[in-house]
Amino acid sequence: MAYREQLKDDYSETRLIKRRLVVAAFIVLGLMSIVLARLYVLQVVEHDHFSTLSNSNRVRLKELPPTRGLIFDRNGVEMANNLPSYRLEIIREQVEDLDETLVRLKQYVEISDYEIQKYQSISKRRRSFESVPLLLNLSDDEVAVLAVNMHKFQGVEINARLTRNYPLGKHAVHALGYVGRIDSDDLNNLDEAAYAGTSYIGKLGLEKYYENELHGAVGYQRVEVNASGRTIRVLDQEPPLSGHNLYLTIDSHLQSLAEDAFKNERGSLVAIDPKNGEVLALVSMPSFDPNLFVNGISFKDYDELRDSSRRPLFNRALTGQYPPGSTTKPFYGLAGLEENVLNSKRKIYCNGHYLLPNDDHKYRDWKKEGHGNMDLDDAITQSCDVYFYELAYALGIDRMSAFMKQFGFGTRTGIDSTSEQPGLMPSREWKRRAKSQPWFPGETLIAGIGQGAVLATPLQLANATAAMSMGGTRYVPHLVRSVDALDFSAKTIIQPEVAGVYQVKKKLNWEHVIKGMKNVVHGIRGTAHRIGRNAPYTIAGKTGTAQVFTIAQDEEYEEENVVKKLRDHALFIGFAPIDDPKIAIAVIVENGGHGSSVAAPIARQMMDAYLLDRSDLEVINQ
Amino acid sequence: MSRLIESEQVSLSRRILEAFRLDPVLMTLLFVLSAFGLLILFSAGGSNMELMTRQLTRLGLALVMLVIVANISLRVLKKLSIGFYIGGVLLLVAVIAFGEIGKGAQRWLDLGFIRFQPSEFMKLAMPMMLAAYLSEKALPVGWKDLVVSVALVLVPVLLIAKQPDLGTALLVGSAGFFVLFLAGVRWKIFMILGLLVSLMAPLLWKFALHDYQRGRILTMLSPESDPLGSGYHIIQSKIAIGSGGVYGKGWLNGTQSQLDFLPERSTDFIFSVFGEEFGFFGSILLVLLYVMIIYRGLYISASSQDTYGRLLSGALSLTFFVYLFVNTGMVTGLLPVVGVPLPLVSYGGTSMVTLMVGFGMIMAIRSSKRFLR
Repeated sequence: MAYREQLKDDYSETRLIKRRLVVAAFIVLGLMSIVLARLYVLQVVEHDHFSTLSNSNRVRLKELPPTRGLIFDRNGVEMANNLPSYRLEIIREQVEDLDETLVRLKQYVEISDYEIQKYQSISKRRRSFESVPLLLNLSDDEVAVLAVNMHKFQGVEINARLTRNYPLGKHAVHALGYVGRIDSDDLNNLDEAAYAGTSYIGKLGLEKYYENELHGAVGYQRVEVNASGRTIRVLDQEPPLSGHNLYLTIDSHLQSLAEDAFKNERGSLVAIDPKNGEVLALVSMPSFDPNLFVNGISFKDYDELRDSSRRPLFNRALTGQYPPGSTTKPFYGLAGLEENVLNSKRKIYCNGHYLLPNDDHKYRDWKKEGHGNMDLDDAITQSCDVYFYELAYALGIDRMSAFMKQFGFGTRTGIDSTSEQPGLMPSREWKRRAKSQPWFPGETLIAGIGQGAVLATPLQLANATAAMSMGGTRYVPHLVRSVDALDFSAKTIIQPEVAGVYQVKKKLNWEHVIKGMKNVVHGIRGTAHRIGRNAPYTIAGKTGTAQVFTIAQDEEYEEENVVKKLRDHALFIGFAPIDDPKIAIAVIVENGGHGSSVAAPIARQMMDAYLLDRSDLEVINQ
Repeated sequence: MSRLIESEQVSLSRRILEAFRLDPVLMTLLFVLSAFGLLILFSAGGSNMELMTRQLTRLGLALVMLVIVANISLRVLKKLSIGFYIGGVLLLVAVIAFGEIGKGAQRWLDLGFIRFQPSEFMKLAMPMMLAAYLSEKALPVGWKDLVVSVALVLVPVLLIAKQPDLGTALLVGSAGFFVLFLAGVRWKIFMILGLLVSLMAPLLWKFALHDYQRGRILTMLSPESDPLGSGYHIIQSKIAIGSGGVYGKGWLNGTQSQLDFLPERSTDFIFSVFGEEFGFFGSILLVLLYVMIIYRGLYISASSQDTYGRLLSGALSLTFFVYLFVNTGMVTGLLPVVGVPLPLVSYGGTSMVTLMVGFGMIMAIRSSKRFLR
């Protein structure tokens, strides 16, 4: 049998192979039917599913960030805009040798290791065809040098992106605030969809308060992308809407005049239009450059600003709470007349100090030898402390407190900005609540000259002064005058809002106080009579000096002997013209000494600038 | 009368083909398939004319080779078989020893003027050798011959698998297997072999496969487990084919392929481009065309008068089928990702030349029948 099998049998071999070929043909048919069945499932049964997947592969939503609204002063001077800032960017896939390119770039611009490191970490998270910034905020010189040599660098480009810019730099920064990069805190509080593609958000001041108006509305583009995410074409789009433009109540000219007037002093100034609460100038010195914050401030710059003993970041106008000192006296005077505890003609003898019954503590007048016989007019004009000790004793702290609150002391004014502080107008109730202590009669006297627990911000003082000038009508101070409609077709004017009206019981009472304030400036014995000289309009004012530290009973306060940091703060409040008040001002110069010598002249300069024509100014200066 | 004229006209083109010893049916089918292939490649390659020129040059070269091989007599082919096989094995050893590494595997041999893939050559040498060996023996194959044959298959297959090139090893191995199958190895033996392989499967899994090969098999089983890594190819391919629907998105309009979502789209995954742009109907047509080519090869095999010719022609046709099945199975997610191109359509030179030479042999086998008669 085995032998027979070795023989070749052509016929049976042919049949065998043919049989096997037929089997193979069936196997081919069977397996290809499985493939076709599979194709049927994919292309017919599950077509919708894969079609959806295919579309979600290729179509992406790309956000178009809106352009932030601009900010102008009341005369149309641009205070915040968006400038193309030039960045040096590198497209990784187009650069053959990054290290070599960087070495060559360093011949033209300075590139720190930190920047290279930062570039590399960002670049890792981006697609290779996306351009990643290496240097932000190129200077004009750098742009020029690079632009000339750009042809030598494949894959390196200079790109312009819109960045918030404050063209006036340090000017009015405490009114404007600034924007900064969106951080994780911001992300928790905002609608991420509305901020898709935006890298800035208002961090402080107006920029923060009016964030909704300034931001605008984000637009979208539906784009077709390829597998590496590169946009191939735009399918359709909804353009972004630019933010609203803001027109401020601030007068940029007045503002810079005030800032210059402070020279190297620290302090604050707020000027308000008493008829509507428009803030004409809001100064806090020293200032800082908000542009530093826009692209993320360097640690070095930030530490410098934060640790400076001059505290440039501190917004004195809104958050600085100072003892208002003698600037409270006209208000107390009016309180005394209105409450009938004094008669404007009644005279009080000032011998240089005041004694409470059954107490031997001497409450001193700033004038050691005393002022002699004083009526209300004299007491305001010469700022006699003893007169107001007596008045305070007669009024009592609760009546004082209730009256002062009607002029805005102790409560926030409600200005359209951030971080405003309320100041403090003490009362018995307050002390019980805050300190769990009874009120001592001596504290009433101290509060009666605006010292002790009494605190006010420069904004509050200016607004109280404005209310005084208007006979008791107090407006909510505001920084924005009008807002552009989204399509710029119309402006919404912000209407003045009355914060409160103190109805004077007898107009004569008010006139007495105003007369006293007028004599502060225009009277021969007035504490600010130096600024009243040759004024072509009438000014009502009051100087103030706020103690920074308390001197012992038997010590003398001598300005020359006290270190600058512990010297008294100099204050001045005032408004002009008296018959038709157009401007109310509060000035405080930290550790400036006397209000009359430092603070009042700044106020006069402001009033001149605001009320007079240029020709009038020249006459005065001669 | 008219019928006579018609048949004379037909016979004119037929006569030209016959003069070159070419099978008119198979030639027509191959031309249609090549034309289809160029059409898809134009779309898959992003209308790249340089790529088209290169592919056309290769196609031209491959056709010239086909004509040359078709004119070699079957006796000469049979005599060359042993020499080719031994030469092929030596070249494979040379690759392991001095080969060039490309894409992580050692496949290329640089002969100075040409870079050459001996494993590709083995796709032809293997069925030639086995057919030559077995055609001298009485069929069905006895045990002794079976052992020798299995050894003849395993040596080159293992050498190729070591490079590692799983796709080519599979094709070379199946070429040898088909010769054995056609030569009538008993079903019982296939069953025993099948049992052995399935028993050894866990061992093969652990020791014979590279990590990436194991990964590919796992990926096939659940591509969604790693959608951006190993599963990416297969997911995108399924999306391309599935989104094509019944009628397709139209030539040059496939978003998956034109927007680069589909990887390897002009080579191994070119069928997905076709499926996306021409839909289910197009796919049926393409598959039918392939099946017709395979059946024509099987028919030539069946009508051959010579055992060597029958075995070789049948094995070559069935190897062509393995290309088709593994590739379409892979792009549709039925089979693991194995680097097997879509025959005569995928961009790439070596396989095109090998396949056309194979068809040249089939045509040589067909002509030899005629001369015998």
